[in-house]
Amino acid sequence: MPKQTPLYPAHLAANAKFVDFGGWDMPIHYGSQLEEHKLVREDAGMFDVSHMLPVDVSGAGAFDFLSHLLANNVAKLKEPGKALYSCMLKPDGGVIDDLIVYYFAQDDYRIVVNAGTADKDVAWMRKQAAATHGGNVSITPRRDLAIIAAQGPNARTRVWAALPGSQAASEGLKYFQAARFGDITICRTGYTGEDGFELILPATQVTATWNALAAAGVKPAGLGARDTLRLEAGMNLYGQDMDEDVGPLESGLAWTVDLSPGRDFIGRAALESAPPQRALVGLVLADRGILRSHMKVVTAQGEGETTSGSFAPSMNASIAFARVPAGVTVGDTVQVDIRGKLLNARVVKTPFVRHGKVLV
Amino acid sequence: MSTPADLKYTKSHEWVRVEADGTITVGITDHAQNALGDIVFLELPEAGRSVAAGEEIAVVESVKAASDIYAPVAGEVIAANQDAADAPESVNTDAYAAWLFKIKPTNIADVDSLLDAAGYEDSVA
Repeated sequence: MPKQTPLYPAHLAANAKFVDFGGWDMPIHYGSQLEEHKLVREDAGMFDVSHMLPVDVSGAGAFDFLSHLLANNVAKLKEPGKALYSCMLKPDGGVIDDLIVYYFAQDDYRIVVNAGTADKDVAWMRKQAAATHGGNVSITPRRDLAIIAAQGPNARTRVWAALPGSQAASEGLKYFQAARFGDITICRTGYTGEDGFELILPATQVTATWNALAAAGVKPAGLGARDTLRLEAGMNLYGQDMDEDVGPLESGLAWTVDLSPGRDFIGRAALESAPPQRALVGLVLADRGILRSHMKVVTAQGEGETTSGSFAPSMNASIAFARVPAGVTVGDTVQVDIRGKLLNARVVKTPFVRHGKVLV
Repeated sequence: MSTPADLKYTKSHEWVRVEADGTITVGITDHAQNALGDIVFLELPEAGRSVAAGEEIAVVESVKAASDIYAPVAGEVIAANQDAADAPESVNTDAYAAWLFKIKPTNIADVDSLLDAAGYEDSVA
């Protein structure tokens, strides 16, 4: 039986089509995925992402615990509310999950993890906390909270209109920074390549907030548009672009791994002993067709495979991420096997699109 | 959902119109376009190709996924709709106007064994 978020009745009322995502019954679109994509690029749309799980990490050992748990370095977080994107690795360097960690104080952090991995993530965190930090760290999953992502160039002003008083609390936020506004944590983060807020709030308030945003002119958008938006924005999807069998250095995530000296984190030794043989690159299809995941890629350096691929609505072209042998470089032309035909694709630097502009 | 009574249908969601000259025109049903969502690419067959009944002959790609289209009966492809290939969203707008290809059937009587409108509606109910 798939799980449902507190907004499920609101999605039904809005004629959503549903899809199973990580064990959750989630809206894939409310009529047209293309229109929802465009809405977020040009105006504002909102996503129910309450299937994702906030996990509070608190206690005197919280900082030391997270320094050891995460491949990125929480010591970079100095201002309260600042956030960091990181992978959580296995000792062999495989990716358990990718997440965002928010810092409020040295003994008060919040992590938001993916839906499909939430249970294993919490179990892993508790196991590591018990092994190294005894009673100094508390790990508290927060299924009592829900999350709305309001995204698009007009998203912030619409949020301010919908939630009186929220502007003063959040207009000074930089990217990847959060502020508390009553019971709501307002985060200037997202998964679309556009400006906007993610609102983490009590599940009991989420329907009223969703309706207030709708009244302020923010239309709902489904996970279909969320996927094409994140792909254009060059953002990885866990389970598709990386997983437990592949490390961050072969997943385009080297920028999230802090290998500066003096910090031991889980997976570090494995990453340092095995230089990456492959790289995740962006592809734009030059010939006509649509790239999808798991297509064979032929390069001068050997074969690779697409990990995510789609029609890119903002580009009117087809794009993909592909894991290819190291040495394939931006500007190369490679071939992708689409139903037995080898079609040409150009290797590009990601993101493909950011803040409404095509960059490749 | 519209299912015109004057057309024949397949369980795999193609519609078939028998033309006065004994050829057939083929597209996908309104039910199919609705289930697929926004259609963004069509791969259509070349004229002159011989096809068996049930053979994969075209591909309709929505934003979500690629779906194979099958030849409803055996015959020879005589035309593909380039206008639809140039504007794939036309299949969403009117699935019965945006035909995909035309076939000259080996045996026109093969069309008789396809579903009628009521039979197709039962199959998707």
